[in-house]
Parts: sequence; structure tokens; C-alpha cells
Amino acid sequence: MGVEIRVEGLTKSFGRQTIWQDVSLTVPAGEISVLLGPSGTGKSVFLKSLVGLLKPDRGHIWIGDRDLPRLPESKLYETRKLFGVLFQDGALFGSMNLYDNVAFPLREHTKKSESQVRQIVMEKLELVGLVGAERKLPGEISGGMKKRAGLARALVLDPEILLVDEPDSGLDPVRTALLNQTMVDLNAEIGATFLIVTHDINTARTVPDNIGLLFLRELVMFGPREMLLSSEEPVVRQFLNARTVGPIGMSEEKDVSELEAEAALGRDPGRLPPIPPQLMTSDGRIRPGQHAPGAWCAAHGVTPPAGSFVDDLGRDWVEEWPRYVASMAPGAAAAADGGFAGDPRPGPSAPGAGR
Amino acid sequence: MAAPGIDADRRGGDEADGASSGGALGAFRRITDGAANIAIKEPGRFFALCLDTFRAMFRWPFQWREFIEQAWFIVSVTVIPTMLVAIPFGGVLSLQVGGLIRQLGAQSYTGATAVVAIVREASPLVTSLLVAGAAGSAMCADIGSRKIREEIDAMEVLGINPLHRLVVPRMLACAFVAVFLNGLVSVVGLMGGYFFNVMLQDGTPGAYLASFNAIAQLPDLLQAELKAFVFGITAGLVAAYKGLNAKGGPKGVGDAVNQTVVITFMLLFLENFLISTLYFQFVPSKGM
Repeated sequence: MGVEIRVEGLTKSFGRQTIWQDVSLTVPAGEISVLLGPSGTGKSVFLKSLVGLLKPDRGHIWIGDRDLPRLPESKLYETRKLFGVLFQDGALFGSMNLYDNVAFPLREHTKKSESQVRQIVMEKLELVGLVGAERKLPGEISGGMKKRAGLARALVLDPEILLVDEPDSGLDPVRTALLNQTMVDLNAEIGATFLIVTHDINTARTVPDNIGLLFLRELVMFGPREMLLSSEEPVVRQFLNARTVGPIGMSEEKDVSELEAEAALGRDPGRLPPIPPQLMTSDGRIRPGQHAPGAWCAAHGVTPPAGSFVDDLGRDWVEEWPRYVASMAPGAAAAADGGFAGDPRPGPSAPGAGR
Repeated sequence: MAAPGIDADRRGGDEADGASSGGALGAFRRITDGAANIAIKEPGRFFALCLDTFRAMFRWPFQWREFIEQAWFIVSVTVIPTMLVAIPFGGVLSLQVGGLIRQLGAQSYTGATAVVAIVREASPLVTSLLVAGAAGSAMCADIGSRKIREEIDAMEVLGINPLHRLVVPRMLACAFVAVFLNGLVSVVGLMGGYFFNVMLQDGTPGAYLASFNAIAQLPDLLQAELKAFVFGITAGLVAAYKGLNAKGGPKGVGDAVNQTVVITFMLLFLENFLISTLYFQFVPSKGM
């Protein structure tokens, strides 16, 4: 049921260039976390450090009770079997077709017969919608298909931790939404710990339980999604609302005069409108409380900005949530005449804490 | 960490110290850093990769399939060029040495000199040329493109050691094929020499063949085969090292291939010299 990743004081530099320093965070077991950050803040480097492909200069990465940067090579390869990693462009083996790519980890690490391998591979390919393309070579398919095939390969050993590097880059919005939904469903199904690196705010607003933001060589914030979505921290607010107003500039950080000019004009990053329910990912399985809108704010005494949880149909999800959960409980759906009355869609849909 | 030598310069450990980098001292430091990098760090990393590959060589299971595929691939890119190079090589040797020998009045020994020249020196050199130029460059391009497509990373993440999986079979296949290439060059080169001697220099076939073992001896062939084996291992390791450290997209792979060929050539000629020197120390020449 997932493994916790605990990062303590992690620092990495290439030569004289510090990528990030003193990053400490705990990716909770079995939850989806998203790491955001402007381009070039070392998100991918962070991901590669987590699987031991890059050695940090200082700090610890605890996977369970194992400190990854200090593991001997044999233990490291053993520990890596806990991980599934989806690289940016899939990183499929160019000399093998999709079937062999997905079957590769099974053939290397298990003693399963070819028929068992076939069954598992076809199951995973079906999950990502690639049945029928299994004899194609990676060079013959589109970027989106590569990514989905990469996901199938990452999943084939039933990993405890799934690291995903930019699932949305180069994908159309529909496929991005579908891939996001797939990841949420998977998380509910296999309970693995997910860490997704992206700079797509819609992914960040719909998928994760937790969000972290890297900026200027530091982890600005890491916490439950609602905490970041309702945060008043200028960097977080600017990034999550995709505005030009704020400390993040084109190259890296804006200089003081620019910020003063913005302040003098009274410009404000503003807020994005709430995501309509049909664009929200469902949480795969109803877990009462986990996605309850406003629950985290209530528990921590934070007052969310007015209208934070009101969707475009005017429903306040802080009030709607208990009724929704009750309607999704086993047996209740049939009694409630086909599901939750207020939900425009058939089937499960957890709107979460939409802003 | 992952196998040293892969992506060696990004693995940290060479963290920049806080010393000021400005002024003459900074410039001096940058120059000495660069020099140290070339003189110590790169060879050190290469040596680390060699040791790791050696360790990975004895890990079960051996990748037979990859070994055979690679051996076949190397054969396919080297056999024809090797023969095409060996024929004129043998011919040129015959022409040069044959003319000289005729002037000395020892024409009946043309075959003997051709055997010595081709088996002892020419065939290992031609083999090294082909192994470095064709096999090494192809291998480096293959591994380098896998590196920049993140396939190597993906393999490591899947818990598979790329040295064991990719480098060991390639290196051994290269050595395996080099040994046979050496034999091929010897045979084809001698045939070329025979052809030129008999057809163009009016030598007699009987004299050419009869003097074959006048100077040459079996250890000559053995040392040539040993050279070829060492060349194959070296070419495989250099190609793997450069390929695994390729960076910066397709151009990076091109650079890596270029460096592989140059470095392999230099190393192979050096090794050829060293082995020849040692050989003459340990094996006395055959008296006539």
C-alpha cells in the first residue's frame, strides 16, 4: 500500500551551479503529490535524485528505512524495484516493440511463464488503451502513445512508488485529462505513492492530494492541495493562477524595481475560476474525508477565500460533499435513483476542492 | 549509486568550493581544473567503468542473446571493409619489401617477409583500424543514442545494470569478432601478397610458399590474436564509456562517436607498441 518518501535537507549542484538546496519534504504513502515549478528549477533533477540516478551533494532520501544516496549498488538496484518511473518521453527501448517493452521488467525480474507475462502485459496495455498497437516499434507511434506505453511499463511490476515526469508535456488536453484520470484511478486501485512533476496547473488543481512548489533553488511550500490553492504566498499564488504579476519573471526572478512598480499599480495575481466538475478527475474510489472540500482549512484554522469551493453551477461543495459521499456509498446509489441527484454526470465524480 | 562512469560528470562529488573565481587566481584555477579533468578525472572515471564492467562480467546470467546479436552486427559492419583493406595492404607490403629483397638477392624469402610483416604487425593494425573505426563508432552511437533517449536511465530504474546488460556483451562480442578478423586479415593479406608477388613481381609460387615458415613461428600468430583480443576489449570499453557519457542531444552523440574513434585509435596503437615490445622481450626470434 505505498511507501513513504522522506527527503531531508537535499542539496544538488552541477559544478558551481546550485540546482536546489535544503529541500525537505515527506511524500505521504499512498497519496498523490505533485511537484510544481517554473521551467528550469530542477524538477526532473529532483525526480532523478529520488531514484538514485543522480547523487545529491548533501541530504537523505529515506525510502522506508533505506537511505537511498548511501545504499551500496546491489541494494540500490533492489530498492529500485519498488519504483515505477514514467520519463518525459516514455524512454521506451527503441529496439523493442511495445509488447516487449512492457514485458521487459517481467522477463528480467520474475520467473513468470510467457503466458502469464502475456496476460499481465495485455492487461496493462488495455489500461492505457494501447491494445492493438503492441507490435509497433516506439519510432512508429506518437508522443502520447509513447507516454502511455511508458506508463504501462512503469506499472507492470506493481510498483509501490510511481514517479511521473511531466505527464502532460506534448499531450492534447483531452489525453492529458484522461491520463490524469488514469493516474487517480490507479492510485485508488493499487494504493501506490505517486509523485508527479509538472508545470501544468490544471493537473495540479485536479489530481493531487498534496502540492509542492520549487522556485529559486528552494522548495517554497509543500502541503495539502487546499493549503497551496488558498495560499497567499506570492510565488505560490502567482504560479497556481498562471499570472504575469508576481515574483516569477521570464528568466528567473523579477528584480525589485519591477515588483515595486507592480505594487504601485495595485496589480494583483488574482484567482483562477473554479474548475467545472466535468473537468475534475474523479478520485477513483470514494474515500470519505480525503478530498472533502474545506476539511483541511477547517482543521488548520485557515479561512479560505470566499467562493473557494463554489462551482460554476453555484453549488458550495463544502455543503454538498457529505450528501455526495453518502450517495456514493455501496447500496445507496440504487436507492437514490441512479446516483447523486445534484451531480450532472452518471457514475462517480468527486469534485474535490475545486477553486 | 548507479554504476560509476555512467553520466560521470553529473554525479556530484566534485562540488565547487566557495573560493572566489575572479581574477588571475580564478583563471589559473580554471585552467588547472581543466587540465586536472583531462589528466586525472576522465582516465579515473574510465578506469572505474572498466573495473565495474569487469565485475559485471561475472554476474549471472550472461546475456548470450545480446552477445550473439552484437557479434553478428559487428561482423556485418567489419568483414567486407576488412577484406577490402587487407588485400591492398598485403599487396603494398609485397611491392615494397619484395623490391628491396630482390635487390638484396634474397627473392626466395619474399614469402617469409610477407608472413612476418602481415601476421605480426599488419593484421593487428588493420584489425584495430576496423574495430575502432567501424565497430567502436557504431557501438558508441548505439549506446549514446540510448543515453540521450533516457533508455539507460529507464533501464537503471527498472533495476537492471546497463553495464551487465549492454556493455559486457558488446565488449566481449567486439573482442570475439576482433580475434577472427585478425585471422581473416592474415589470410586475405597473404593472399594479396601472393598475388602481387607471383603475378606482378615474377616471383615463383613455390618459393613464396616454401619460405612461409622460415622466419615466422606459431607465437607470432598467438601474439597477434592476443593483440586483437585486447584491441576488441579496449574498443568496446571506450565506446561504452563515451556512449554512456554522451549528453546534449544528437550533437552530443556525434561528438562522442568522434572522440571514441580518436581515443580508440590512440590507445590501440599504444597497446600495439607495448605488446610488440614485450613480445620481443619474451619470445626470441627464429634463426634462419
